[in-house]
Amino acid sequence: MLVQYLPFLILFIVAVAFSGGAILLSRLLGPKRPNPVKLAPYESGMVPIGGTRRPFHIRYYLVAMLFILFDIEIIFLYPWAVIYLTARAARLFLLLEMIVFLGVLMIGYIYIWRKGALDWE
Amino acid sequence: MTIPVSAADWIVINTELILVGTAMIVLLLDAFNRRISDRISPWITLVGVVGGLVSLGFLWGQEYTGFAGMLVIDSFSVLVKMAILFGTGLAVLLSVDYLRREELAQGEYYGLLLLSTVGMLLLTSSANLIMIFLSLEMLSIALYVLTGYARMRPRSQEAGMKYFLLGSFSAAILVYGVALIYGALGTVDLAGVAEALTAPGILSNPVLLAGAGLVLVGLGFKVAAVPFQMWTPDVYEGAPSPVTAFMSVSTKAAAFAALTRVLVFAFSDLSGVWMAVIWAIAALTMIFGNLVAIAQNNIKRMLAYSSIAHAGYILVAVASANQLGIQSIPFYLIAYTFMNIGAWAVVTVITRKGEEGVGLSDYTGLFWRNPLLAVSMGLFMFSLAGIPPTAGFTAKIYLFMAAVNANLIGLLIVAVVTTIISAYFYLRVTVIMFMHRPSEVSAVHVPIAAYVAIIIAVVATLWLFLFPNSTQAFTEAVWRMGL
Amino acid sequence: MIAELVIFIILGIVAVSSAFAVILSKNPVYAVLFLVINFFALAMLYLVLSAQFVAFIQILVYAGAIMVLFLFVVMLLNLTGAIESLQDKLPAQRWLAPALGMVLLVEIAVVFLSGFFAQVPEASELPEGFGTSAPVGMLLFSRYVLPFEVTSAVLLIAMVGSIVLAKRRP
Repeated sequence: MLVQYLPFLILFIVAVAFSGGAILLSRLLGPKRPNPVKLAPYESGMVPIGGTRRPFHIRYYLVAMLFILFDIEIIFLYPWAVIYLTARAARLFLLLEMIVFLGVLMIGYIYIWRKGALDWE
Repeated sequence: MTIPVSAADWIVINTELILVGTAMIVLLLDAFNRRISDRISPWITLVGVVGGLVSLGFLWGQEYTGFAGMLVIDSFSVLVKMAILFGTGLAVLLSVDYLRREELAQGEYYGLLLLSTVGMLLLTSSANLIMIFLSLEMLSIALYVLTGYARMRPRSQEAGMKYFLLGSFSAAILVYGVALIYGALGTVDLAGVAEALTAPGILSNPVLLAGAGLVLVGLGFKVAAVPFQMWTPDVYEGAPSPVTAFMSVSTKAAAFAALTRVLVFAFSDLSGVWMAVIWAIAALTMIFGNLVAIAQNNIKRMLAYSSIAHAGYILVAVASANQLGIQSIPFYLIAYTFMNIGAWAVVTVITRKGEEGVGLSDYTGLFWRNPLLAVSMGLFMFSLAGIPPTAGFTAKIYLFMAAVNANLIGLLIVAVVTTIISAYFYLRVTVIMFMHRPSEVSAVHVPIAAYVAIIIAVVATLWLFLFPNSTQAFTEAVWRMGL
Repeated sequence: MIAELVIFIILGIVAVSSAFAVILSKNPVYAVLFLVINFFALAMLYLVLSAQFVAFIQILVYAGAIMVLFLFVVMLLNLTGAIESLQDKLPAQRWLAPALGMVLLVEIAVVFLSGFFAQVPEASELPEGFGTSAPVGMLLFSRYVLPFEVTSAVLLIAMVGSIVLAKRRP
């Protein structure tokens, strides 16, 4: 059974080898002539002040949270879509089932929308 | 693929459907018109709760299984569902003016309250470990949010966070237990579990034992039994008072229904093992809850420890696992719903904006400030202590009889002794209210809705003492339930 | 069989060591990235168990979406320096927690080793396509229709809850 995933493994190995190899080769073969100007974060411009780790605004959190909820909703659609074609007699039932599921989430969506959680300001 | 839903399935979930529908209406109304929603959503919610109670009335005395044995309707679940809906309804009456006083939004609150109630109702009927997990999550997630609902008040935030962290941890433990049980028995159906346990040699399977133990931990957390009670005082203290009132009774009712169904009906063949564990947990819970409650000067914390202690008493009934014990569980839960919500109603009314005024000293001379309130509170304290003429007395008598029948004499002694100890701190509140006349008398403003809630609780507390037979026909039928 | 055992051992080592790296790294961002490795290792383990649908959901939801949220939260809180101060406050827990964890581990090991494996029957041949989305869907949308619909209500609660707790009121 696992054999059918062999192409994935090969792809994975090729991807890692390709990206890793590119970095390694340029490291080994490329010329290295550093000087202070070249090593500066910005060759021309302001010298950065302070750390780069700035706190994110809480808005991002809200959007990410809602994204996850709808992401979980989506995964239920995959098996549904796969069996919809084969389940001939029960198609109407399957359709109603999914309409109820999405209907409940749609109420959540309307709620989110009307509450302005999708507005940036 | 066959169509799996039949007419009986609709009957089984009709109460839940009514409440889900109400929750949707409340949420949509809140989304479209805040002003109207602020005014009428509590009343819509009440209509939904009453509708749910009516639908339960139609289900009375009938037995159904729905969704291929996932949900069960029997007298036991109908009675516990009634307790839950009474709790929800009274909590709504308390919330209306509380939310206005604390300047909190109304609409979402009732939506979450209703959805949490639906989770509890589903948990009560669940006869499948997956449904138990899912409905437990449903009621818990809504409660985490409700606990932190007063998000401008740090105590409420802290309580919400604590409840969330510990609650999700316990849910993870529960679901791990379910996985182990499935691994050992190959089924998550409670009926299937009961059947699989009759196989020879299965009872000593370590995976099964570990799984059952973890499920017990997960449910023990929800009923706040020692040693899984750590979160209770902080959460009950920090949460908005009506939310605490709601979760101290309704969550407990639902979780005890699930615990009873899992232990007494599914794992009855394993009772040789869990009996001793429940015995110890019950004794520890009663002792810990009552002893620590004595030391409390904050009424909310005192009631939180009292709630832990009551979980211990109900566990006595679970441990007896006989006919009387199972019958006494719904009766105790209904009696507890009224007396405990009544007490929390008085606390809600006495506290001032920002949950100030929760010390015992705030109750000094309450009788002179508002006699009706003081007399009601006294009655609830009597009832919680198990002193006649109250429902709490009748409920405890049933419990003790069950323990005698099951020959749990040691546990009975613990229960009686701790009941006597508990009288100390319950009566202390009464003494403070009646004996110390305050130097200056300021009237307590009580909103009408809260008055209605308190009066309903008073009447029910007395009624269940005077006419326990009115529920006897109910409880008689409980034993006949099958899985 | 042997090949599966080898894969399992490799994945197990990756999963356990990345989990250790999560709790031992000082920098929370590194911890989150180690958690991604851990999620991937778990997904591969599911694959070895023939739970193919679950394996891809694990990658899609956990390694994809949940990780993003974790990173957001780490950056939202900006915990630089806060971790050391937290460690000072809980000196006992620092040693007690691993000790108690070890006790639990030993206990679980004893439970599982005490004759459990003698009771496990030989694995039977799995039906064709086991664990792919079609058979999962067949079960989910027929026998488990109620849990499926209840899930939508749980998601609704989460949506409303996140707005209630995190959205600024107008």
